[in-house]
Amino acid sequence: MEVVPHIEVRGLSMAYGEFVVQRDLAFRVNPGDIFVIMGGNGCGKTTLMRALTGLQRPASGTVLYGGEDFWNAAPEDQERLQRRLGIMFQGGALWSSLTLAENVALPLAEYVDLSPSHIAEIVSFKLALVGLAGFEDFYPSELSGGMKKRASLARAMALDPEILIIDEPSSGLDPLTARRLDDLILELRDSLGATIVVISHDLASILTIGSDSIYLDAETHTMIATGNPRQALQSGDAKVRHFLTRGTA
Amino acid sequence: MTNAFESPAAGKAGQMLDMRYVGGDGLLVVLSGRWCLDRALPSRDAVEQALSEGVEDVRRLKFDAASLGAWDSGLLTFLAGVLKACAARGIEVDQDGLPEGIRRLLAMAFAVPEQKVARRSGRDANLLARVGTATMKMFHGAPAMLRFLGEITLSFLRLLGGRARFRVSDMWLEVEQVGPRALPIVSVISFLVGLILAYLGADQLRLVGAQIFIADLVAIGMVREIGALMTGIIIAGRTGAAFAAQLGTMQVNEEIDAFKTLGISPIDFLVLPRMLALMLMVPLLTLYSGFVGMLAGLLVSVFIFDISLFEYYNETLRALELKHFWVGLSKGTVYGAMVAFAGCLRGMKCGRSAEAVGKAATSAVVTGILLITIAASVMTIVYYQLEI
Repeated sequence: MEVVPHIEVRGLSMAYGEFVVQRDLAFRVNPGDIFVIMGGNGCGKTTLMRALTGLQRPASGTVLYGGEDFWNAAPEDQERLQRRLGIMFQGGALWSSLTLAENVALPLAEYVDLSPSHIAEIVSFKLALVGLAGFEDFYPSELSGGMKKRASLARAMALDPEILIIDEPSSGLDPLTARRLDDLILELRDSLGATIVVISHDLASILTIGSDSIYLDAETHTMIATGNPRQALQSGDAKVRHFLTRGTA
Repeated sequence: MTNAFESPAAGKAGQMLDMRYVGGDGLLVVLSGRWCLDRALPSRDAVEQALSEGVEDVRRLKFDAASLGAWDSGLLTFLAGVLKACAARGIEVDQDGLPEGIRRLLAMAFAVPEQKVARRSGRDANLLARVGTATMKMFHGAPAMLRFLGEITLSFLRLLGGRARFRVSDMWLEVEQVGPRALPIVSVISFLVGLILAYLGADQLRLVGAQIFIADLVAIGMVREIGALMTGIIIAGRTGAAFAAQLGTMQVNEEIDAFKTLGISPIDFLVLPRMLALMLMVPLLTLYSGFVGMLAGLLVSVFIFDISLFEYYNETLRALELKHFWVGLSKGTVYGAMVAFAGCLRGMKCGRSAEAVGKAATSAVVTGILLITIAASVMTIVYYQLEI
């Protein structure tokens, strides 16, 4: 029996007015995949992320979550589908006026009928999962860049989403912290069985965690390669190999 | 002994938690069914109760999850609680009976020990302590304000010496923002205030048959006091808040630190053009406000109270002296400086978060209006004593 992909994109084009950022994108993200969206600066990775997460309507095409068309769904269905996603934004996007515990608790308080003490337990567990046990009462401005990213991941996981979308997990982090975050993502995939979409141009990260990928080209404004990034490095499109070897191949 | 625990709310979902004492000192925790947050889940208190009610002390705890269905954070937090309870009692836990994914997640959660020092204390301090802390904070803010005033003074001295580094185009940009773009709102407010003054005067002066003095009241009132005051308050809300938000955002983005590291004074580059722009434009807006107010007074007097246009015009000319304009202009200049000072002070001292920018903007308006009010009182008394 064919596996229903967690995410399926068909003929997706995104534009700002007349300017087409990417056109005719088509790919599938299967359950348990770590799917990497890669490409150089300005190729439209974050715009694609916004189209996938319901933040920006694409110019044309469809995004299906578990077979349900997101952009043609009724607003209440869109909301339900969005709750299947957990999103970690590039800069963390933690709410600065709330403590870490309040940041993680807010989606739980909004969508799950639990007592405050039970929510507090879940919040502590999520923060412990990302190595931030005991930082419940801290405000985002009191944390380092790596801690903010991990706290943002804890918030993204608050509602136990099927799909985690992570925008530039390693940007602004030192190599060891970036590596630890990669390990955390792999561990979450293996233990939770979550599907993870990662937007990245960090080569080490792409090759370490990616099980499938697409490469968005800024010149032709479309995807020019799909597949496992390690295979793409060996035998893929010349432009992709050029990208994955930092211009040495 | 077998204890079965089932939350009543679980309904027909079946038994989820069962416990059996095994081998004298062991407790087997049997998990079954669907353990998800969308339903009521058993409490770990039941396990803790079983741990303390055994015939002999429980020394080992095992899990049986053969019949466990779907699970999420609900089960994980339950198990984390059980593990902590066992650790506190020195009970050995065998996790082999749990699915591998759960074991790995629990291992991750306990991999980094809790940062005990990280927990905050004193968050719920009593009212007296909080009032005391807030008062001390307010007094600690005073030296910062004086230091900032000193820095601005030095910056002005550098400007007079031709050594201040800022782009003149920035100043003109600010001039455009605070001057011409503020005209519509200054026009509306000044017209309405002039209108109110005329009605207020007419009501009282009618009692003594001296309605013609509406012209004196409106002219002197608008040119000397109200024009400057209203313009100052409008600019505090419009421009003071904008200054604080702009500089606060630059503080968040480390742009101000970048100036400092390059040896460029952020006071010269950012504060000085804003101070100059407001000190230049607020007096002009004050004059404009006075004229708009007088126009409103004229319209009310002519069309409502039957005073002729020439009578009103002549009375206005007779009432107004050059000193009134100087008083209005001097007040406008001081208010402009006060608003720029408050806006720039709050922006430059802003924290590094979005919330801090909002607080800086609010504080800039409050500080600006407070400073304007204090300055207005002092200047009115001084001018009165000097018979200006």
